[in-house]
Amino acid sequence: MTRKSLSYPYLVWMALFILLPLGLIIYYSVTSDNGGFTLEHFSRFLEKDYLMVLARSLWLALICTVICLLLGYPAAYILASRTLKRANMLLVLFLLPMWMNFLLRTYAWAFLLERGGIIYTFLQKIGISDPPPMLNTQGAIVLGMVYNFLPFMVLPIYTALSKMDHHLVEAAYDLGATPVRVFGKITLPLSMPGVISGITMVFMPSASTFVISKLLGGGKQMLIGDLIESQFTIYRNWHFGSAVSIVLMLFILLSMRMVNGASEADLDRGKSREKRRRRA
Amino acid sequence: MPEKLIELQHITKVFDGVTVLDDVDFYINRNEFITLLGPSGCGKTTTLRILGGFEKPDEGRVLFEGVDITTIPPYKRQLNTVFQRYALFPHMNVFDNIAFGLHINKRPKDEVRQRVMDALRLVDLTGFEYRHVDSLSGGQQQRVAIARAIVNRPQVLLLDEPLAALDLKMRKGMQRELKEMQQQLGITFVYVTHDQEEALTMSDTIVVMNGGVLQQIGPPTSIYNEPKNRFVARFIGESNILDGIMPKDCLVRFGGAEFECVDTGFAPDEAVDVVVRPEDIYIVDEKNGHITGEVISVTFMGMFNEIIVRADDGFEWRIQDTGSRPVGSRVGLIVRPDDIHIMPQPKDSTEAVEVNVFDADAAEEAFAEELEPDPAAMEDKGYDA
Amino acid sequence: MKQAFRYPLRKLYLALLLIFLYAPLMVLIVYSFNKSGDMGGFTGFSFKWYIELFTNPRNDGVLQALYITLAVAALSSVISTVFGTIAALGIYAYRRGVRNAILNITYLPMLNPDIVTGVSLMVVMTFARLPFGFLTLLLSHIGFNVPYVIFSVLPKLGQVDTRTYEAALDLGATPGRAIRKVVIPQIMPGIITGGLLAFTLSLDDFVISYFCSGEVQNLSVLVYSMARKGVTPELNALSTLMFIVVLGLLLLINRRSDSVISF
Repeated sequence: MTRKSLSYPYLVWMALFILLPLGLIIYYSVTSDNGGFTLEHFSRFLEKDYLMVLARSLWLALICTVICLLLGYPAAYILASRTLKRANMLLVLFLLPMWMNFLLRTYAWAFLLERGGIIYTFLQKIGISDPPPMLNTQGAIVLGMVYNFLPFMVLPIYTALSKMDHHLVEAAYDLGATPVRVFGKITLPLSMPGVISGITMVFMPSASTFVISKLLGGGKQMLIGDLIESQFTIYRNWHFGSAVSIVLMLFILLSMRMVNGASEADLDRGKSREKRRRRA
Repeated sequence: MPEKLIELQHITKVFDGVTVLDDVDFYINRNEFITLLGPSGCGKTTTLRILGGFEKPDEGRVLFEGVDITTIPPYKRQLNTVFQRYALFPHMNVFDNIAFGLHINKRPKDEVRQRVMDALRLVDLTGFEYRHVDSLSGGQQQRVAIARAIVNRPQVLLLDEPLAALDLKMRKGMQRELKEMQQQLGITFVYVTHDQEEALTMSDTIVVMNGGVLQQIGPPTSIYNEPKNRFVARFIGESNILDGIMPKDCLVRFGGAEFECVDTGFAPDEAVDVVVRPEDIYIVDEKNGHITGEVISVTFMGMFNEIIVRADDGFEWRIQDTGSRPVGSRVGLIVRPDDIHIMPQPKDSTEAVEVNVFDADAAEEAFAEELEPDPAAMEDKGYDA
Repeated sequence: MKQAFRYPLRKLYLALLLIFLYAPLMVLIVYSFNKSGDMGGFTGFSFKWYIELFTNPRNDGVLQALYITLAVAALSSVISTVFGTIAALGIYAYRRGVRNAILNITYLPMLNPDIVTGVSLMVVMTFARLPFGFLTLLLSHIGFNVPYVIFSVLPKLGQVDTRTYEAALDLGATPGRAIRKVVIPQIMPGIITGGLLAFTLSLDDFVISYFCSGEVQNLSVLVYSMARKGVTPELNALSTLMFIVVLGLLLLINRRSDSVISF
């Protein structure tokens, strides 16, 4: 008996629960009801309405990712800087809300945002007599995404920053760099791996969500997740649903590739600059 | 009359198309201290792993007391191993580490306790039984590893570079202790090292290996004094190795002069390698020397000076002498006939493989490689039994 | 006292973010103690909904969902921890190329959006004619948990000195015993991390459960189905209770590991 044989049950499992499902999705996406090969489901997706859904999903996910980065980076930086006491416990505080049911948390926002709700009342009290509707807007969806996925941005950046060798920063100061330059030349580049994985971890779920748009968008702002969900549960059109799933997967893989590619190109530039300097 | 305990018969082992052992064939006597010596990658560790049962040879057999054990798994063999860097179980204390083999064999509690305590006494670690292994020094971990192996009363103890991770002073002490322990226990030690000095001081028999090929086997004195080829001469101790020609028996020409020697049996005018140990060269006045040259450096080494003399033919002689000569002075060199070792020149290329073992950095690097084998290769071996 | 005034901007920033993160939680918790049933306004403090939750028959569905959630989380995390650990031990024995191929496939469910994993599992289960219910829910949870366990255990395996395993064989242990007595204890931290991660993920999952549970509802699916009509105050009470339990557990773990207390 070799030790490899310990993996055989898993290999069977992997085939049945990872490869077969994806294979079936691919199969359904390129066949029609009678089983013949067709690309009609993909061409159907090219209709304006569906492309709008895709564009809206990617756009909202992008906005959400940017906001999470802008909010999350400073938070991670402060938490990792060790200027505050109990930074450790503060980090736990950041992660703690994730332990409350995701749907309930999102639902609570609907309650906060609705007309006549707490925020509405608050706005009226501070003098805005007729606040604009907040629930069932794109803004509400982005808010819900940021709220749910912000910790996914803070955690990897915090990890990257706290692993950083603090002597590097001290050395840079010692060599006469200003705080801004130290941040730009040392801290930011070294935290890039954390930023990259933060972007991945935020962009992917926000591009594919259907819960947040249902609860906070009132079903009026259809996202690609809603489209897939409705095809599989309401319309029972597995073929089109599978095709949309594949489009979603491809777009997410593509965006991940772009993000990773951009950061690698950055590193390469750094390296070639280094080389030039050495040659000089 | 020594009695054969283990025989390795024509062992060949290939990893990923690379032959790491090529027809290795020798035997091990009962109760002897035998050392497998060679540079990194020479196949000594693989040989030991085959003895331990962790590798199976592609060709050849291993006999133990005449019985073929080639395919017997390690847990059924009468041998125990002291691993490179000890491989102590990090989640157990000293006592549990040592008692592991006894527990596996379901010995009664009292006996386990007694034998572990005896083993601890033998390695001088009484009172350490409940310490965590991580809290021990390198030397103490080393002793635990030895105790863990010998507590099972194996007939043979395999030791894979056991002292490599210790500092020089501790290494010297442990060398002596290991030798004493071997005599006290009366069991066979198979010892792997790349350190020729360690091999010379501890062993009854030395097996010199290079590139997977057995180079020479014999007691330390004959390995040192009668190296069979250029590789052994270079690897064991420091040497001056020159190209020479034997015009006839007991006469050799090298370094621009003819010397009397004690070797016979070569064809007339056969090309040979000539080895002269640095301590066997005498520095005399220029007019009295067989060879003449100029002193180019003198280095104080503690017990002696190392003097480099560039002979008139350009060869740089390495000489160890308690006296000294000013750098730049002209001197003569004398070599006595029985200090000249003549070796036939290698016929095939494998023997000509040279490793510059005197380059400290290279040796260190090679050694580091052996300690940290290619992770891919190690992982591939995995935990397959 | 100077301490309080150092880095005021940083503290203010973190405080605002924390308010943002905790606002909805506070709302849920406050309204779980509200006297009146709707979420219109706070009319007075009461434990009414906590009592209703466990006594009123109309909440049987909620308790049933709680039971399903806990049962699936417990079973799926235990099964995937055992299964994933065994798988990791096997995968580790392969040559690098084969191993990377297996790991890349294993990585797919972690890389794919949950919704794609969810619908693809639903398709397979329909295809295999499995009746949707507790079993399919459990299988789907094991499905997304196993990769997390494997990726928690593998790095620990990489840290295990192969020679300790060989030493165990050398001392007479069979391969099975050597793995149990020497390898498993050394990778235990990874196994525990993987198990806890699996439990948490299972507890909080909605998307995959939604597609694979059929008529059976765990808490997430129940909340989703209620969202249109309005979530009952008993559900607020339940989530408050669960939050307090989690908070208590975290404090306990931190106290024991001394990591939060000692800074």
